[in-house]
Amino acid sequence: MKLREIAHSRTGDKGNTSSISVIAYEAADYALLLRQVTAERVKAHFGELVAGEVVRYEIPSLSALNFVLRQALGGGVTRSLTLDTHGKGLSSALLDLDIPDESHSRTTPRQDGDR
Amino acid sequence: MKQVRIGAGAGYSGDRIEPAIELAEKGGLDYLVFECLAERTIALAQQAKLKDPKAGYDPLLAERFRAVLRPCRQSGTRIVTNMGAANPVAGAERIRTIAGELGLTGLKIAAVTGDDVLSSVAGSDYRVDETGVSVADLGGSLISANAYIGAQAIAEALADGADIVITGRAADPSLFVGPLVHAFGWARDDWHRLGQATLIGHLLECAGQVTGGYFADPGYKSVPDLARLGFPIAEVGEDGSVVVTKAAGSGGQVTPATCKEQILYEIHDPARYLTPDVVADFSCVTVEEIGFDRVRVQGATGHPRTGTLKVSLGTVEGFVGEGQISYAGPGARARGALALEIVRERLALTGVRTSELRFDLIGANALHGERLSNHGGGHEPYEVRVRVAGRTDSLIEALRIGNEVETLYTNGPAGGGGVTKSAREVVGILSTLIPRERVATAIHYVES
Repeated sequence: MKLREIAHSRTGDKGNTSSISVIAYEAADYALLLRQVTAERVKAHFGELVAGEVVRYEIPSLSALNFVLRQALGGGVTRSLTLDTHGKGLSSALLDLDIPDESHSRTTPRQDGDR
Repeated sequence: MKQVRIGAGAGYSGDRIEPAIELAEKGGLDYLVFECLAERTIALAQQAKLKDPKAGYDPLLAERFRAVLRPCRQSGTRIVTNMGAANPVAGAERIRTIAGELGLTGLKIAAVTGDDVLSSVAGSDYRVDETGVSVADLGGSLISANAYIGAQAIAEALADGADIVITGRAADPSLFVGPLVHAFGWARDDWHRLGQATLIGHLLECAGQVTGGYFADPGYKSVPDLARLGFPIAEVGEDGSVVVTKAAGSGGQVTPATCKEQILYEIHDPARYLTPDVVADFSCVTVEEIGFDRVRVQGATGHPRTGTLKVSLGTVEGFVGEGQISYAGPGARARGALALEIVRERLALTGVRTSELRFDLIGANALHGERLSNHGGGHEPYEVRVRVAGRTDSLIEALRIGNEVETLYTNGPAGGGGVTKSAREVVGILSTLIPRERVATAIHYVES
């Protein structure tokens, strides 16, 4: 299954660094995120888009991970030649990650948002 | 327990205006904050000020203040904003003029200055974070240097009775920390409360991004009525406790999930979020839905602020030229790819001088490259948009890039249409750190 089935995500930017949160819809799936969405996998998933290192931070109280991707924005928002200079769409690319279907909460499709 | 209601009226320079009017009229706010300054904005504003000493504040300042001054006066809501950009004093003067036009007298407007440190960092040995060279090595390409100032001057201006506080490059969360510090009389070294206040500022500083904006993903995350998205209100207690909500009847939603996305937005290490006021720690923050569109957020702490302030350095870095053209129907992708090859060869044949070039097929690979775009088998798009962008030293060379895309009309593959082209000067943003004591803020008052 795709990461999108169990988590949501938002991308931010500072200079040439992108930060991407990955937040489990259900706290029960946080352990799966911890096991499957490692810094190494994220780095490999983005490949040539990220020239620098990828660091992962864990926020268990929010059932969330936060990834910091260095040299990921084509030199930075103001100078990059890319169409999406902020890298805003990187969160959607990350939610396309394939992970084993061990979720406790998968409901497809979700109709209720998060309410 | 005393409670302060603080709202966010803008999350960036070009943000919608009606949600701020809604907050001013119905929010019951003590403070309405407008965050309107991005890294690039202040460098552009500095250039505008160089050409005209009365310019350099936010281009939408007049429109925003005309819209909210009267309702804010009626409800006793005080306004804090960084719309001063490169010229807070001129911004304050403009607000005074607008207040006069609206017949609002006796408004005290405070302009906070001191963030402009260009004269003290130009030619200095301070290290540029991104490149490791000294600021002096940037030479004449350096056009602006603005330190991120904190909440203190804002709190002081409010204590002096300012109805409106306008700053330049204040740190985004500090625009909210200032009013909270003033309202509750928190000590400058009350690190835990400053950490929680910074969390509150961080939650609100992007306005609609915590009330359901930038969140919807049909089938996964639904958000009602995004065309009438309401902007956020924080109900803050003296102990730093907070409930995030929004104006009743507005669109959007405040849920644990919308709050979580914003808590982690653009922070790196959640245990060390550095601001001019505090080193905030969001690593143990919790969110709890306590009612419809009401979320309690707690658990931020703080550590002593660092001895340095971040300085945003604006540099001129040459030009970027760009051209686009679309292809549709059977074979669109192949014709688009052929078009890219033709332009690539033309730029070489005609000797366009570029230091970097990029060739995209929008609809196929432009955002995330060939490999990720074909993840899961790829697809044949019905239409693609060819995009060529290049970096040059001069505007004339930049214009030639778009022109080479335009000539695809009569010289390229079949069926290309909808050419657009552009060329712009690039303002690069770098950063450095300077000792805190090198930045002296001052407050200037005018009254309507």
